[in-house]
Amino acid sequence: MQLARVVGEVVATIKDPNLSGITMLVVQPIAASGEDTGRALVALDSIGAGVGEHVFFVRGREAAFPFYPAEPPADATVIGIVDHWSVG
Amino acid sequence: MQIAEVVGTVVSTQKNRKLEGAKLLLVQPLSLEGTPRGTTLLAIDSVGAGVGEKVLVVIEGKAAGDALGRKAAAVDAAVIGIVDAVDYQDTP
Repeated sequence: MQLARVVGEVVATIKDPNLSGITMLVVQPIAASGEDTGRALVALDSIGAGVGEHVFFVRGREAAFPFYPAEPPADATVIGIVDHWSVG
Repeated sequence: MQIAEVVGTVVSTQKNRKLEGAKLLLVQPLSLEGTPRGTTLLAIDSVGAGVGEKVLVVIEGKAAGDALGRKAAAVDAAVIGIVDAVDYQDTP
């Protein structure tokens, strides 16, 4: 998983039917220091996160699991909202 | 698997229910020389590791789910061991 902040939302009318009703978020991965790291990506939302929140997301096939029994074609899904994190 | 150092902890109240009760650690992957490599990751803890410890991390969904002991959990990384020592010689 990776920490990220939600920076936007994606709207798509025409998409895979298994994605209907699922919010798509633009997330910017961040390092433990809080600085941006790597490129922003689009992740499905399974938890009700919104722009400005710190979240964590899962990558890979497991990104579809929160939507079981639906099987959306996902490679990244936000699975938690971060209350706080500590380093060191 | 990768060798990493535990650098922090994450607290999240609102999360996927399959992750309830799981401890979340921030881990920094290391090179064999011990220098940081790549960005920090979030991994679930299955061995009771703490900040500052060198650990073994699986970065693959099935393995991480197995470590958590829950089927079809939305996890992709888990701490599965605490490293006592690495005996390594870079001989070509």
